Amino acid sequence: MATIRIPTPLRAYTGGEAEITVSGDTVGAALQDLTAQHEQLRQHLYSEKGELRAFVNVFLAGDDVRHLKGEDTPLQADSRLRIVPSVAGGIR
Amino acid sequence: MALQIPERIYAQIAAHLEAAFPNEGVGLLLGEANGSHRNVRMMLTFENRFSPDEQHHRYLLTAADMRAGENAAEKHALDVIGVFHSHPDHPARPSDYDREQALPWWSYLIVSVHETGAGAARSWLLVDDRARFKEERVHIQAGH
Repeated sequence: MATIRIPTPLRAYTGGEAEITVSGDTVGAALQDLTAQHEQLRQHLYSEKGELRAFVNVFLAGDDVRHLKGEDTPLQADSRLRIVPSVAGGIR
Repeated sequence: MALQIPERIYAQIAAHLEAAFPNEGVGLLLGEANGSHRNVRMMLTFENRFSPDEQHHRYLLTAADMRAGENAAEKHALDVIGVFHSHPDHPARPSDYDREQALPWWSYLIVSVHETGAGAARSWLLVDDRARFKEERVHIQAGH
């Protein structure tokens, strides 16, 4: 099964676990399984429209999946995903 | 809740944000989180990656910047415990845009910066349901 590495700010919602084992043949399915296991993660990863938030970046073996096939990117049983937030903000 | 920042490190933060004026400056806070107390041990400065014509009211750290920050923290057995940025000529209060882009747990230190230099510094934490920020006390540790 694939694994997903969780960034520090979101580990409060995974019981402190840094790495979660997930099922799913694609990145999207793996993320769905992650949020099914840890429901409170959903609001931080996905917008109200159900889209991955802009600051949520998912890497597969060092590649941003947006540059692969996005959430349709296929996974192998030993795939290792990593969620890395980008950080933005400002006055308005 | 309190964010403890040694005076020496706060001076580095203020200098970086003043140098970025009139644009927003940004960086990461590395340290230790112990219950509700956070101790800043290091700061890392980054370039504002937002498009240059909008840096006066926006900042961006890319995923590559964050990975660099996480790697630096790991090297020093620390965590990335927060983000700092400036609000040029605006109060040190988070905007709706700050909230939409924020993650819980991290401390968001905002410094109001004017042409005359850095002013008020306040720190904020996003609540679990993302509805608002709550303020945490900033303690700048004199002589450290």
